[in-house]
Amino acid sequence: MTTAKTTTAAANNNVISLDSVSKCYGTETVVSDVNFNIQSGECVVLVGHNGAGKTTLMKLMLGLTRPTSGTVEVLGGNPAFSTAVAQHRTLGYLPESVAFYEAMTGREVLAFYARLKGVSNIACDNLLETVGLAHAANRRIGTYSKGMRQRLGLAQAMLGNPQLLFLDEPTTGLDPSLRRQFYELIDALHKEGATSVISSHALNEVEARANRFIIMKAGIMIACGTLDELYKQAALPVRLKVSVTPGEAASVAERLGSEVNIGEVNNQTLNLSCFNGDKMPLIRRISDLGEVVNDLQIMPPKLDEVYNHFMNGDKMEGSRS
Amino acid sequence: MKMLWILAMKELRDGLRNRWIAAAIIVLGTLALVLSLLGSAPTGSVKASAMDISVISLASLSVYLIPLIALMLSFDALVGEFERGTMMLLLTYPVTRWQVIMGKFLGHVLILFIAISAGYGGAMLIMTVATDASMDGWQAYVSMMASSLVLGAIFIALGYLVSVLVKERATAAGAAIGLWLVFVVLYDLLLFGALLIDEGQLISQQLFSMLMLISPTDTYRILNLSMFDGVSQAAGIAGVASEAGMSSTLLISVMLLWIITPLIATLLVFQRREL
Repeated sequence: MTTAKTTTAAANNNVISLDSVSKCYGTETVVSDVNFNIQSGECVVLVGHNGAGKTTLMKLMLGLTRPTSGTVEVLGGNPAFSTAVAQHRTLGYLPESVAFYEAMTGREVLAFYARLKGVSNIACDNLLETVGLAHAANRRIGTYSKGMRQRLGLAQAMLGNPQLLFLDEPTTGLDPSLRRQFYELIDALHKEGATSVISSHALNEVEARANRFIIMKAGIMIACGTLDELYKQAALPVRLKVSVTPGEAASVAERLGSEVNIGEVNNQTLNLSCFNGDKMPLIRRISDLGEVVNDLQIMPPKLDEVYNHFMNGDKMEGSRS
Repeated sequence: MKMLWILAMKELRDGLRNRWIAAAIIVLGTLALVLSLLGSAPTGSVKASAMDISVISLASLSVYLIPLIALMLSFDALVGEFERGTMMLLLTYPVTRWQVIMGKFLGHVLILFIAISAGYGGAMLIMTVATDASMDGWQAYVSMMASSLVLGAIFIALGYLVSVLVKERATAAGAAIGLWLVFVVLYDLLLFGALLIDEGQLISQQLFSMLMLISPTDTYRILNLSMFDGVSQAAGIAGVASEAGMSSTLLISVMLLWIITPLIATLLVFQRREL
């Protein structure tokens, strides 16, 4: 039975798939008609403002809540069914603001969670060491700072080398060195084939690591794709900075002609912009200008700009969040 | 089963850590000791054993105390974890919702078991050693301890039901107190009040027995006062229960039903609950 399930999951390679999923609390729609698939080994980042529905999406994928309409499938089954519980052994979750049993010590809490997952105590001690909590392991969690709680949260999410990770804003409250360490841990898990879903505000941090981005706004998925796909979809202009022989800038601008979008021009530099599809013809035209061009810099749009484009773009529906 | 045990052990350790168990042992132990020592005075004239007298007085007081202790243990069990956010994380572990409930239940019943055996059991030992009283009727005493545990389990289950239904801890605390008042004080008051006003016109003997049976605390009382001859004679209600058709099997079944029903209700509500 289980093997049959795994083969179907492997056939389409989807670890997670959401099919026109909506979630309403009372009259408020928190997630509206969301569709996406996440494949094995992917690292997918959910981005969006607070209240965009990222946490609700995670809870839906974890089976903590059920969709009002649509279907959620995780590891080949409905995560809200109690049959999905067995799969929780290979699952790690770090909630947005992680809460623990305050009266227990860090070591006790981690050992409790480890027992539930069938992980040895040695692994616990190693994890406490990794997240830098070994010195505070025997202190009550009530005395922990925000950062220490977050670290303990990471440690429990890493228990038993999970194959599927849900991390809700994992790096808030972590110092830079620990952030780096955290991403190293994630990378190591990814090398072993783990899949992860991360929600984050820190776009520059996740930019290099994510395979795909899902941009949420007021419960609506406004974009989903790789960085390249998002660039294309956003159709943001590529900027080119052309350095020419001093004093020649104005004449170069004239030679390029009126159909080229020319921004700021000073003595020896021209700032041009064009859409991605027009980039190569423009570059050829620039190189045709000959010796007068000293240098050419091409600046693709940054993820921040892409994000802002989607956030403020024409797809604006209602001005919530 | 392993999961249940892990969850139960966590509750037990919590009980030890916050001195809950210690406090309950002291309260129950002191109560039992004081009552047995005071209660041994009138034994001469009625020719009842010290144990029987202790059973009567302890059973009457346990009716108040055990539900209170059980509710204090349980009212926070679910709503507290919802409110703090620990339940959300727990449910992403390989545990089902019924394991969470049953694990907690097992843990809390264990806490109560330790408190009752150490408190009441300890008092019994001290009493027999110190006063040289006979151990006659120890069966009644032990069965009183066992039925106290069952009574406690009933109110743990009822406390869970409150805990899963309300939104806030404060509401749960209030509702738990209300539950205690209704089952321990008000129900009997109303029943006897009705009986007085009615003067035997509408409320027949059978109906009255039925109404007594509905309340878990009355069931507990009848069970303890009627199950052993020595006790029922000393309590002056010999034969009353059996005349009313209340066998111990029936009484015990009613009490078990009072555990199972709230537990199932809690589970059904919890299954539907979204976090």
